[in-house]
Amino acid sequence: MTASSHLQPSEHASLDLSANQRWSERHRSAWRDVREGLAQWPLVWTLAWLDIRLRYRGSLLGPFWLTLSTGAMVGAMGFLYAVLFRLELRDYIPFLALSLVLWNFLAALVGDSCVAFTSNEGMIRSVRMPFTLYAARIVVRNLVVLAHNAVVVLVVYLLLWSWPGATALLAIPGLVLWLVTALAVALLLGAICARLHDIPPIVASVMQMAFFISAVIWKPEQLAEREWVMVFNPFFCLLEVVRGPLIGVVPSALIAAAAAGYAVTLCGVAWVVFARVRGRIAFWL
Amino acid sequence: MTTQVSIPAAIDVEELSISFPLYHGNARSLKKTVLSTVTGRMAADSRNRVVVEALRGIDLKLRPGDRLALVGGNGAGKTTLLRALAGIYEPVAGRMRVQGSLNALLDPNLGMNPELTGRENIVLRGLFFGLDKQAIAGLAEDVAAFAELTDFLDLPVRIYSSGMIVRLGFALATAVRPQVLLMDEWFLAGDAAFMEKARVRLENLVRGVEILVLSSHMADVVQQWCTRAIWMDQGRIRADGPPDEVLEQYLGHPVRVPPAT
Repeated sequence: MTASSHLQPSEHASLDLSANQRWSERHRSAWRDVREGLAQWPLVWTLAWLDIRLRYRGSLLGPFWLTLSTGAMVGAMGFLYAVLFRLELRDYIPFLALSLVLWNFLAALVGDSCVAFTSNEGMIRSVRMPFTLYAARIVVRNLVVLAHNAVVVLVVYLLLWSWPGATALLAIPGLVLWLVTALAVALLLGAICARLHDIPPIVASVMQMAFFISAVIWKPEQLAEREWVMVFNPFFCLLEVVRGPLIGVVPSALIAAAAAGYAVTLCGVAWVVFARVRGRIAFWL
Repeated sequence: MTTQVSIPAAIDVEELSISFPLYHGNARSLKKTVLSTVTGRMAADSRNRVVVEALRGIDLKLRPGDRLALVGGNGAGKTTLLRALAGIYEPVAGRMRVQGSLNALLDPNLGMNPELTGRENIVLRGLFFGLDKQAIAGLAEDVAAFAELTDFLDLPVRIYSSGMIVRLGFALATAVRPQVLLMDEWFLAGDAAFMEKARVRLENLVRGVEILVLSSHMADVVQQWCTRAIWMDQGRIRADGPPDEVLEQYLGHPVRVPPAT
């Protein structure tokens, strides 16, 4: 009785796959993957949102536990480091809150990217879906977390009344740069980590090191006349193009150019790797 | 009864080979170990990596109306061929073309999350199928009615009985009718009470699709449903022809005539 109500899949797929593709074909396949993956944004959004909901199902505060723990972290570290670094508390706390929130986003994104494909093994091996879908899911999920944590920054701004003003709008191009680069990183690390199982621990230790050298908890100004070396730190440059405007500092042209350069390089490498190995990922899982 | 789709379904496979690289562990010692168990399927590719050749030089052409059964022992490459046709494994050599919408029933619990409610799982699957909001509502109704979940629909799948989970998974997977249906044998196994109902639904689905590729061990299903059979052995096509003949070769004895239905 129910059998007559079969639904039709909405799109008619047609597949044409062959071995020994030329590079132009590989690029076309990779581009198609990205396009189709992003076209599935309702699914991406639902998956990302469910990830968060599931993590906190049955808990009273839900995702706001993230907010609370970030807030506690800022409170605890803020007073200590302001004293250690001999910095003005009113100046340092907003900086630290913003830094930690943004860095948590970057670190979680990179960490999740390492398991972008391996954690979806079951799905990848039973249905053909664009790989970009899994990468975008990670980006969106971490954006949702970032939105929750942003409350901490807003509260700190409110309490200390230290709004960044119109300069904050300059963070928008930075955030766009982040989004594109985040997707590239998820595809790149997802693919590499599926193939080489030694990479995730390496990435974890690099990120830990980067946390200490990228002026997350200390201020780049503390380097005084040697501040210029920071331009060689990709993490710092990428962090600064979003963080700077949000605490009312316009990033220098050099830092902005370096950030754009690092982002383009990262996207380029990700594109080449993804176009090369896309068809092989399912075999590695 | 069938679709308004203009392009007829088609499957064209030419010289398709699929091999799995063995990266993990020490390839050299692994080579010896595996060589002794999987005889004749090991090879080294151009870069001297050890690979398992899961499919070798498969040629296949299917047109609307074709119902193909894949028979063969465990590890003969049946599931790998289904996965390759579904586009999950891309060809290592050769070419594979599938025209028309496709659904592969490979994993009974595909994407089913035990922490989510039945309804949430249905919505999620609907999105995977690329359905719009209205169609998803229809899907939820159809699946809930078939799986007899009623009050349980808004409770987490985690607390379902195993029978309910099987029914939900089955109802979900069979709710969408594609042009090309790929089906693994697990789909025909289930508890007896549910089987009759499931079979009616599955037969309805199968009748509506243009091309069916079924991997099965059950001779009677192959005979009833299929118009052609392929005997897979060690990744190659060993025999190809009408189901009765191929089954006879594969089983080594003539198969009984199925009871009239």
